[in-house]
Amino acid sequence: MADHDVLVVGAGLAGMRAAIAAHRVGANVALMSKVHPVRSHSNAAQGGINAALRGAEDSVDSHVYDTVKGSDFLGDQDAIEFMCNEAPGEIINLEHMGVVFNRDDEGRLGTRAFGGASYARTFFVADITGQAILHVMYEQIIKSGVRSYEEWFVTDLIIEDDVCKGVVAMELLTGRVQTITAKAVILATGGIGRAFEPSTNALICTGDGIALAYRAGATLLDMEMVQYHPTTLMGNGVLLTEAARGEGAYLLNSKGERFMDGYAPKMRELASRDVVSRAEATEIEQGRGINGCVLLDLRHLGRDLIMTKLSYIHEVAQDFAIVDIVTDPVPIRPGQHYIMGGIKTDVDGRTWDDSGQARWSGVKGLFAAGEAACVSVHGGNRLGANSLLETVVFGKRTGEVAFEFAKSQPDDVSAAAHLADAERRLKAILDRPDSTGDFTAKVRLEMGEIMNEHLAVFRNEEGMAAAQTKIRELQERYAKLPVPHKGRVFNTDLIFHLELGYMLDGAEAICAAGLTRKESRGAHFRRDMPERNDAEWLVHTTAVLKDGTPEIGTLPVTITNWTPVARVY
Amino acid sequence: MQATLRVQRFDPESPETSSSMQEYQIEAEDHFTVLDCLIKVREEVDPSLALRCSCRASICGSCAMKVNGHAHLACKTKMTAVAPQGEPVTIEPMGNQKVVKDLVTDSTLFWDKIRQVDPFLQPRGPEPEEEYIAPNAAMLNLITPMGCIMCGACVSDCTVLEVDKNFLGPAALAKAYRFVADPRDNADNQRLTMLNEYGGAWDCTRCYECVQACPKGVAPMERIMELRDAIQTAGMPSTIGSRHVDSFARSVARAGWLDETMLAVESWGKLNLPKLISNAPVGIRALIRGKFPKPGPLHHKRPGAENVGRIFKRHEAARSGVAAAAREQH
Repeated sequence: MADHDVLVVGAGLAGMRAAIAAHRVGANVALMSKVHPVRSHSNAAQGGINAALRGAEDSVDSHVYDTVKGSDFLGDQDAIEFMCNEAPGEIINLEHMGVVFNRDDEGRLGTRAFGGASYARTFFVADITGQAILHVMYEQIIKSGVRSYEEWFVTDLIIEDDVCKGVVAMELLTGRVQTITAKAVILATGGIGRAFEPSTNALICTGDGIALAYRAGATLLDMEMVQYHPTTLMGNGVLLTEAARGEGAYLLNSKGERFMDGYAPKMRELASRDVVSRAEATEIEQGRGINGCVLLDLRHLGRDLIMTKLSYIHEVAQDFAIVDIVTDPVPIRPGQHYIMGGIKTDVDGRTWDDSGQARWSGVKGLFAAGEAACVSVHGGNRLGANSLLETVVFGKRTGEVAFEFAKSQPDDVSAAAHLADAERRLKAILDRPDSTGDFTAKVRLEMGEIMNEHLAVFRNEEGMAAAQTKIRELQERYAKLPVPHKGRVFNTDLIFHLELGYMLDGAEAICAAGLTRKESRGAHFRRDMPERNDAEWLVHTTAVLKDGTPEIGTLPVTITNWTPVARVY
Repeated sequence: MQATLRVQRFDPESPETSSSMQEYQIEAEDHFTVLDCLIKVREEVDPSLALRCSCRASICGSCAMKVNGHAHLACKTKMTAVAPQGEPVTIEPMGNQKVVKDLVTDSTLFWDKIRQVDPFLQPRGPEPEEEYIAPNAAMLNLITPMGCIMCGACVSDCTVLEVDKNFLGPAALAKAYRFVADPRDNADNQRLTMLNEYGGAWDCTRCYECVQACPKGVAPMERIMELRDAIQTAGMPSTIGSRHVDSFARSVARAGWLDETMLAVESWGKLNLPKLISNAPVGIRALIRGKFPKPGPLHHKRPGAENVGRIFKRHEAARSGVAAAAREQH
């Protein structure tokens, strides 16, 4: 008998929202995460969550169009419409759960402006929106009594007769390896930012679910679409929220000019992220930067606004850049932040083509949601505050659909062979001789640096090909990498090794997809092909693992109401 | 710069049953945090070193540990701040929790205590169709306790938990405050009843360690004091703690200084004969040595006591004004 109807891997916002939704419709659902749920990276989302809730001024159509335009017309419009339609209801759901959203003078939910948006439709909790929602979501998990496997690391998916029936996972505190079976598995494991160095992402963002699905035969979609956030700190790459610009902060070059005037005369600092990041990189390249940075200037906002609405970035800038943003501009630069691509799913979170037409390769019983997934609502570029929205809208939907699917599944899984396989494989890794002189952190750094060099704001054929070659070389080294520490209890040496394997697979898919797309669109800007080419490339790229390497293909973009036009901000 | 770290090691799989200190020396850059140093040790020197960390930006709450004897987030603690001259820095796991391995502690008890305060919103009646209407000031007030990242630093350094495992502790109490102060929550009575019992809000000794340890400015002790206020305002049964507060205020308001004898008697309860009798020898010895503070009416007023009394009156008037305004808003 399966341990659970639905097993959710990853306990950030998408994962917990899926678990709560499945629980509410009656599922025996469990959560599993390699960290405690409140340590998840959804914490780091600062600025807010979008919804066209204030009908009088705003409209769902406007939210949809801003998102479609932000995506550089690569987002699937049916998925975007679904997300934006669900958004107002989900904001209310979150508020009812207990999120302490900012209010207006009447005590109703208040909003702030955000990048790429025609109206101020971003709901927020100071500049800790992600943390505030994540902790409330965990309160709901406690309330529901949902089983939560905390600090369990997934090593394998259990696939039997082409259907996903659970996972093999290691409990970190004991080192015990065990199978947890389920009639449906949801991957909500987040992004793969740590394949880049530096990155705004937490050290846990290693694309585990993306690689697990990819290895099991699922399709990865638009992996070349990697977002560089315009305002990250030099040094450790920590994020300063877009809400700073939403509240009115300026971007200045070394001459003190608000240089966005020259790149996006209408939206200026609040143009979409790919546009602002490219503008910054251009200023820096053309010698108008300061030590590889430009300046984010909040001084004119005043101490009161900064301390009530932007106090976390005040703390971060103070701690990590030693700058008091009340009195001084802070040096910032574009930094890897998010991946728009991910595991291809339909609007219900299925990784397989439920129409029976097998238009893409997927794994029955396997679902995905959140940053790990690509529905796709972000296309070539995600708008700020649309990611939190994606996690809750598709988390909820996927949780409900996964339970519907689970009900149709037989209760027949024999996990023993999978457990033995996984244990054998882990033992082989631990038994490797420690004689190469090579080590995990070294390979990881080389991967991060080459990705950040060639798959960043500006790209070209030569650079991406060099990165691809390097990643293949690193994969060969990885196959021989030793794990010197042999203990069972909390062996992070082993975990980092496994995570590196996941990241290398994801990085290879990113390079392959980047080389495939022969145009510039959204975050994928090629200096050698600087124009968008709708005639040939208004399509998604797909990557499927075949004989150890990514096989590349394309899928059509779903267009409902909005035909592509030139993108101007 | 050269950094020296003395790290407490413990391996549950080794025959050695106690922990030991291990010294590491690494080359650190000027901007390095304690966490940067530990990661460098783990990656380049000793992969067996176990610690939790993730965001590197003081938001995930994974890396609380003791740095030179007090709990800090390692990612928020600059080496230059704790070792300006390159002194050795001592790093140990958090206190008041069982050590699993090296700097990794077992958080089971921490979360058990959080669960005890029913940490979820319990609104009144059926949910409205739209959002709850709530004053922004109330929501802004909640951002301080919501800023808690559950890192456990306050629990690590709590001096009450060190001697009384029954105490709910600063993190759980700050979490409870987050609901008590939420105008949408309707479970104040049951929460405050629970917090008024042994192990609750009155068991804090106001040592300020949690305020010092909290990396996010939640200041748990101040939230505990607000809970005490709420308990008294709600008219909950008096406890030794609440009687202590009342007696303290009464004697200062009357005489301008503390009536220590009445403070003890009134806090225990005037009819608490066993307590009075068991403490009688202390009183008698004080009396013999001429150090027995004169109680009640014999406790003479300090010069200017009337002025102190006026301060109390003015404060009470302001408080009832605020309470009335709050009632009106409801």
